[in-house]
Amino acid sequence: MTLRSEPVFAFARPLGRVSIGVWLDRQSVFSWLMMAPPLLFLAALVGYPFCYGILLSLQDRPVAHPGTFVGLKNFATNFHDPIFWRVTLNTFVYTAVATLLKMIGGLALALAMNQQFPLKNLVRALMLLPFIVPTVLSTVAWMWILDPAFSVLNWLLVLLGVPKPGPSWLGNPVLAMASIIAINTWRGLPFYGITLLAGLQTVPPELYEAATIDGASGWQRFRYVTLPLLQPIILIVTLFSVIFTFADFQLVYVLTHGGPQNATQLFATYAFDIAMGAGQLGLGASVALTMLPALALLIVALTIYLRRG
Amino acid sequence: MVTGHSRVERLVRLWLPVGFFLVLALFPFYWMAITSFKPNSELYNRRVMPLVLHHPTLKHYIDLLTQTSFLTWTWNTMLVAVISTAISLVLGVMLAYPLARMRFAGAGLIAMTVAAIYLVPQPLLFIPLADVINRLGLGNTLTAVILTYPTMLVPFCAWLLLGYFKTVPMELEEAARIDGASRLQTMRRIFLPLCTPGFISAGIFAFTLSQNEFLYALIFLTKSAVRTVPVGVIAELIRGDVFYWGQLMAGALLGSIPVALIYSFFVEHYVAGLTSGSVKG
Repeated sequence: MTLRSEPVFAFARPLGRVSIGVWLDRQSVFSWLMMAPPLLFLAALVGYPFCYGILLSLQDRPVAHPGTFVGLKNFATNFHDPIFWRVTLNTFVYTAVATLLKMIGGLALALAMNQQFPLKNLVRALMLLPFIVPTVLSTVAWMWILDPAFSVLNWLLVLLGVPKPGPSWLGNPVLAMASIIAINTWRGLPFYGITLLAGLQTVPPELYEAATIDGASGWQRFRYVTLPLLQPIILIVTLFSVIFTFADFQLVYVLTHGGPQNATQLFATYAFDIAMGAGQLGLGASVALTMLPALALLIVALTIYLRRG
Repeated sequence: MVTGHSRVERLVRLWLPVGFFLVLALFPFYWMAITSFKPNSELYNRRVMPLVLHHPTLKHYIDLLTQTSFLTWTWNTMLVAVISTAISLVLGVMLAYPLARMRFAGAGLIAMTVAAIYLVPQPLLFIPLADVINRLGLGNTLTAVILTYPTMLVPFCAWLLLGYFKTVPMELEEAARIDGASRLQTMRRIFLPLCTPGFISAGIFAFTLSQNEFLYALIFLTKSAVRTVPVGVIAELIRGDVFYWGQLMAGALLGSIPVALIYSFFVEHYVAGLTSGSVKG
């Protein structure tokens, strides 16, 4: 509208006589002045640490000592470290299986909730609780559910005929991995479900009616109407979920500390152990940075996708 | 016959799956709650049926509040969450408003950068950040986390608010501009008062994320007096291999209540923000 002509008006005056008020009201000046404090803040506490982290990964840097530049030695150390490869495998398995379970479970939850029933809003609010409650605190509850001596899960299993004392959930490498995957799924599934439910509610009912008239079965309506329309939301939610599952820390730190014998150690917990436990900041930074290529790819993909949407 | 059939169908298609998911979602909280009220004699007795409460006691709560610094941790958590949420909302608005309303070179690049920073997970940054915080002499101060939480919350609030701001009609601002208001006046007096629902959404998310944060608090806060609830519970209620399950569950339950309470008041705002597709999962 007429507003758009204002900056031009400011330009039209001789530069010397432009009052400070008019100058401040130019769109670009106003914008950059407004954005300067948050951008400087992010540059100082995200941009700088990020670059400094790359520098650290190229140093031998014991905690409380000055670092010495060692080139790619830390990465070479990781390359010859069998635990590092175990960690890599763990992280990919954890991310892939948990994401798949969240996707399938979330879709099932959304489809079940996409019906009319009493107290629907209350049920939806309760369903989200695992996602809301601080992860550390709910993980402590899971730890007690899976306790070696007093596990309520094993009490139920024994009741159902499993021989006493029941599986050692956090002591067995495979079961420990299954446990952290299950709890990550438990926590993330409501996010998937409720987001997909919102997507389902935007599907116009006429499409289903038309499909039904054309003789589509329930499965066909799901496969050829629902799924294609949900696809963009599924993609966004999945990218989010993959990024934050891949870099997960707190659940594993609290539940297993990476054990038994590094069976549940992920990049983030391993980097923590090396940097904070063993005090090797440089080596720890190099382990954390190993996540960067995969993460960068995902972040760029999601950023571009979000911008387009 | 027909109603009987549809009742069975409704049971299979609706109540069984919804019931399954609901039990799954809530059982850990139920278990947390009844454990916290059980006396030790019941907790560690395998012959007692564990799913119900036989002799409720408040002992674990009393011990938690008198023998540990739980109240201090709660105060710290609240203080940190409120201040970092406030900082993040203010800085978030300062980023989101120009991006939503102004035309200037570089706007697209800044928006992309903000989105990308929002997606950078903490484990990528915590080691260098720990060193930076140490060099600034901020170890074991709440300032350390009040400064670092907004690194995740500012991009997040900016992104969520940006989406919200774009849905607010521009007519009022245009009218104010024609009446001679400066851009700053227009933003503060005309635009921002229209955006309360957006601030509530962003604020609740920022608040719950602050309450949930663990990694930075674990690294920066190693003294009991400055700890937040998640770190305090993990570091001080688990001593070596000894678990104080009653106290742990009492602490987990009490620590969850503020978030759950605030969430329950603003569920609709929360879900609205969640489904705008901009939340960490």
